[in-house]
Amino acid sequence: MSAIVSPSQERERPPALTVGPAAWLRANLFNNWWSTAITLALGYLLVRWVVGFVDWGIIHAVWSVPSKGPGIADTSACQAAKGIGACWAIISDKWRFIIFGRYTFDDQWRPAISIVLFVGLYIVSALRSFWRWELALIWLVTLTIIFVLMWGGVFGMEYVPQDQWGGLPITFILSTFGLAAAFPLAILVALGRRSTQLPAVRVLCVVYVELVRGVPLISFLFMASTLFPLFMPVGFNPDKLLRAQIAVILFAAAYLAEIVRGGLQALPKGQYEAADSLGLSYWHKMGFIILPQALRLVIPPLVNTFIGFFKDTSLVLIIGIYDLLSAGKIALGEPAWQPYGTEIYLVVGAIYFVCCYTMSRYSRGLEIEFNRSIRR
Amino acid sequence: MSDTQPAIVLDKVNKWYGPMHVLRDVTTTVGQKEKVVVCGPSGSGKSTLIRCINRLETHQQGRIIVDGTELTDDLRALDTIRRDVGMVFQSFNLFPHLTILENCTLAPIWVRKMPKDEAESLAMDLLTRVKIPEQAKKYPGQLSGGQQQRVAIARALCMKPKIMLFDEPTSALDPEMIKEVLDTMIGLAEEGMTMVCVTHEMGFARQVADRVIFMDRGEIVESGSPHAMFESPQTDRLKLFLSQILRGH
Repeated sequence: MSAIVSPSQERERPPALTVGPAAWLRANLFNNWWSTAITLALGYLLVRWVVGFVDWGIIHAVWSVPSKGPGIADTSACQAAKGIGACWAIISDKWRFIIFGRYTFDDQWRPAISIVLFVGLYIVSALRSFWRWELALIWLVTLTIIFVLMWGGVFGMEYVPQDQWGGLPITFILSTFGLAAAFPLAILVALGRRSTQLPAVRVLCVVYVELVRGVPLISFLFMASTLFPLFMPVGFNPDKLLRAQIAVILFAAAYLAEIVRGGLQALPKGQYEAADSLGLSYWHKMGFIILPQALRLVIPPLVNTFIGFFKDTSLVLIIGIYDLLSAGKIALGEPAWQPYGTEIYLVVGAIYFVCCYTMSRYSRGLEIEFNRSIRR
Repeated sequence: MSDTQPAIVLDKVNKWYGPMHVLRDVTTTVGQKEKVVVCGPSGSGKSTLIRCINRLETHQQGRIIVDGTELTDDLRALDTIRRDVGMVFQSFNLFPHLTILENCTLAPIWVRKMPKDEAESLAMDLLTRVKIPEQAKKYPGQLSGGQQQRVAIARALCMKPKIMLFDEPTSALDPEMIKEVLDTMIGLAEEGMTMVCVTHEMGFARQVADRVIFMDRGEIVESGSPHAMFESPQTDRLKLFLSQILRGH
């Protein structure tokens, strides 16, 4: 019997139970007796909770209720199920209010198209093959269409004043414009703060960042809605949404600027020197060499802040602008529906989660893609 | 610019880092097509000196005149000088997010306003000269240290500089890669490029340098032909330095 086995063949298969799902389970969940005990206990709780949720949210749930008359729902079925089943009827009854707020009911196709346009804009912007200068044009055109749709007053569409807008379009408008305008501003502030040639600009940027960071967003919004008009000439009164929007932009820019500055500082000095020694001008150096690298470095904290501000836009509630969350809250104001806040907040929470999780996943993909091309 | 005017004039150049006096009355002249090797122990100010020549560092006293233009705070003069002076760094400093070809063409396109295809064919010529045209589409991180340093030389040459500065170009390289970089530099010297090299490669100095400058504690201690410097050093400091260098090699 020949016993010659080449060593490389011998090693092609790893020892049993070091790879694969079974090995993973053993290594991570059933490593020793107390780890096994914790796994079993947590597993039990998880199963209990999932079963309970399915029972409450699906099996015993009330999906719709009859109406007692125009606009008045008969919620007795929900009251009967209180505590044992979810009342999703509130969602089927109120979803249009939650999504569109007080927007004229018959014209709600307009904010609906706006939402679709926003989502389309996000998808197009996320595709790297669209990262050309034409993308700026696409943004300009899309945002113009969205505002024409929302305001109306042309093409036979009825004029809808801004204080009637609400729900998801408000959330999208505030966060999209907020971050799209704050990001370039943040880059300028970060560059200004690191400027050695222009000390006045540097001081200005430091003061701006420290001032804005030192004040809560809520007081910033209050200032925008109450204090700002006092200093403006009579008759000049930009609408509330615009003022809140500017407040969000200025606020977000200060935070983003610090993140960008971190990226600028993380780059080795040699990159600046190599660009200088080739005779590149300041803006060429920043635009081609420094920023592309610095911004890649700070994708995780940038997206973290983006997500944070997407959710923080709900704070505009306190100055009387009704975004997605506040529209949900108002929907609960109707006496018949008052006890079913859990259902509303679950749905609103789910919408926020889908948006934030998408951003998070996308940024992971972006990081991996960037790192692939510059791996060392 | 006439051919008779010196490429670089340093006149009583002084520089301090805080209280530390890093360059003391440095005075020397580099002629057209001259090859100068600057050596000295670490901390002797040789890198600072070479970095002052394209104003990556500013001097505080004295005059530096490069190719007839004095280095001052005037940004336009600085642009002219940086365009005409190429620099190669110890740590390569390639741009990791750009391909090798893009590394080479960026400055010619944006600083020299060269058309893109012309810049690319120039870059390919120079990459061929440093013997790595096949790497043009790769990223710096995919190349060895020696290859990266040769790209860095090609990148500097793409600007068609009149003067090349080398700041310890082989110090960060593994021994087996030093030769390929030195060969590139020797080739460049043979073509008549004006060069100032900070290096410890004494073999290179012997073969290429018209003049060796020995610096210690911020001042020029001795300067002369490589033969004179290495065979009959005049000062104790240079003798000590040479004995240390030779022991190390």
